[in-house]
Amino acid sequence: MAGLAIQANGLNRWFGEGEARTHAVKDVTFEAYLGEMFYIEGPSGSGKTTLLSMISGILRPTSGTVTVEGQDIWNLPADELADFRLNKIGFVFQDYHLFPRLTTLENAAIPLVMKKMNWSQAMDEARQYLDVVGLKDRAELPPVKLSGGEQQRVAIARAIASRPDVLIFDEPTASLDGDTGRRIVEFVKENILTDKRCILLVTHDSRIFEFADRIMKMEDGMVKGIEKGRADEN
Amino acid sequence: MRGILRIAYKLMVNDRGKFAALLVGITFAVFLMTSMTAMFAGILSKASSTVINVGARVWVMDPAVNTVASSIPMPDYVLDAVRSTNGVKYAVPLYSGAALVKLRTGTYQAVTVIGLDDTSLWGRPEFLEGRVEDLYSENAFAVVRDSEFPKLGNPKVGTEFELNDHRAVITGIADVAVSGLFGIPTLYTTYNRAIQYIPTMRYTVSFVLVEPKSEEDIPQIKRNVAALGYQALTSEEFKDKIATFYKYQTGLGTNVLLMTVISFIVGLSISGQTFYTFILENLDKFGALKAIGAKGSVLVAMILFQATFTSLTGYGLGIGLAALTIFIAKLRLPSYAATVVYSNLVLAFAMVVIIAAISSVIGIRKVIRIEPFEIFRG
Repeated sequence: MAGLAIQANGLNRWFGEGEARTHAVKDVTFEAYLGEMFYIEGPSGSGKTTLLSMISGILRPTSGTVTVEGQDIWNLPADELADFRLNKIGFVFQDYHLFPRLTTLENAAIPLVMKKMNWSQAMDEARQYLDVVGLKDRAELPPVKLSGGEQQRVAIARAIASRPDVLIFDEPTASLDGDTGRRIVEFVKENILTDKRCILLVTHDSRIFEFADRIMKMEDGMVKGIEKGRADEN
Repeated sequence: MRGILRIAYKLMVNDRGKFAALLVGITFAVFLMTSMTAMFAGILSKASSTVINVGARVWVMDPAVNTVASSIPMPDYVLDAVRSTNGVKYAVPLYSGAALVKLRTGTYQAVTVIGLDDTSLWGRPEFLEGRVEDLYSENAFAVVRDSEFPKLGNPKVGTEFELNDHRAVITGIADVAVSGLFGIPTLYTTYNRAIQYIPTMRYTVSFVLVEPKSEEDIPQIKRNVAALGYQALTSEEFKDKIATFYKYQTGLGTNVLLMTVISFIVGLSISGQTFYTFILENLDKFGALKAIGAKGSVLVAMILFQATFTSLTGYGLGIGLAALTIFIAKLRLPSYAATVVYSNLVLAFAMVVIIAAISSVIGIRKVIRIEPFEIFRG
């Protein structure tokens, strides 16, 4: 196994006050490595998304630590944490959250523009990432003109544009039909995962388990176990 | 930052429906605000037309006088006293009053009559036709060719009519910088003919026009005139006094202010509401940007840019539309009292800045509060 990408230690997260207070994530500890496709699996309400948010630096844990490539992210000031997300984490949201008023190319270039890259340079580079996801010829179209699978690919291009070490996929197959979802994850496994990148994927879609290196099962906010995935079997 | 502002620009402009609604709201508000204040400025300018056209630097009058039209006659000794005041280069009387002209058709037309000092004709208008010295000939009057000129039947040099039952002859056609407010023609004649033709009270001097020896002498002239129980004002002070009268003592200012406030509220409502809807519709996208790594300051800059760009575009369109409307109105109605002056532009700009600021604050509050975590939760 390559270097340590993520180390979560004793993560807890509470929501609400008084009687409505809920313990969403309970004492979660795990490690994920570079070059690994790490799944977080569990039923709805099991705390997967909350855990993912804490790991990616957008939801502060009630207790516990998250270390990404040796950096305790929750000790960073707000602006540095934002920079950390921009440079180290790539997000592929469940609903993609592409800007319908921008072209596919401009959507893919957003992280580069946010990194203050020159506009034309950002577009040139984003075009390369669209090429990686097979959408170079769709660059000037708005996302609404693309199919669900293509939009997912644009979201992937946007996520990898900032060359992050950690890629986070939230229910990547939830808005796609079975075949398309499977093809997307297979594509990610073959083309996006590298030895220097860790992919964290939240899902409850068992059809894509075959691409996982390891699967962490969650239930009621707790880790029920971490299993080896079926990727090695293939 | 330029790249992210370009993204903000595209997000705003490519949403054509919202962008158009925002522009319409702001343009309409600026158009109304500018039109109202331009009309008011035009009225104030016309109300001061005699002050502007005569061009004297200092005007002596009764302290109760608020406008040129409401002059209170002063005794002749005031003229003598002013002339003997230190710092006065020269001083002349001016008569301003109203008369009735009986046209050849038998109809009557009210006119304003300006009586100029017989010796110097100081304050005379520019003559387009006829000679200035012909004003000294018998029954001579010069008529101003302005938007009210046709009301006298488009007279020519030599045209005769009755003025307060006296024979009057047009000996000159004149041009002035600003026409009058009250929609009646203006005639110029000599001071003595004016007081002879028009019934007056015991005193006849409406104003004393003063040319000071120097700018520094004006305060001294004012003090001496005040000692006589009268008031000396520079032309700018007199125009301000007239403006103050129309603003605060006629209800005109209040009405214009109300209309301007209503225009502002209409503009703010439309653009504020539309901008808020735009932000709401894109809230998840702003949340996604925040999750990706956009700092709060970047999102604030995006929203401020969007609001500022839209507001300034609307401002430009609104000013252009108001200017075009006034231009077209003046083609059809030459006496239309509207003038876009610097202060109109500044006022409308200030209002637009407030609209942009309030719209931005609403949007910024919403975007700053969004938790990227909510994006994950869907």
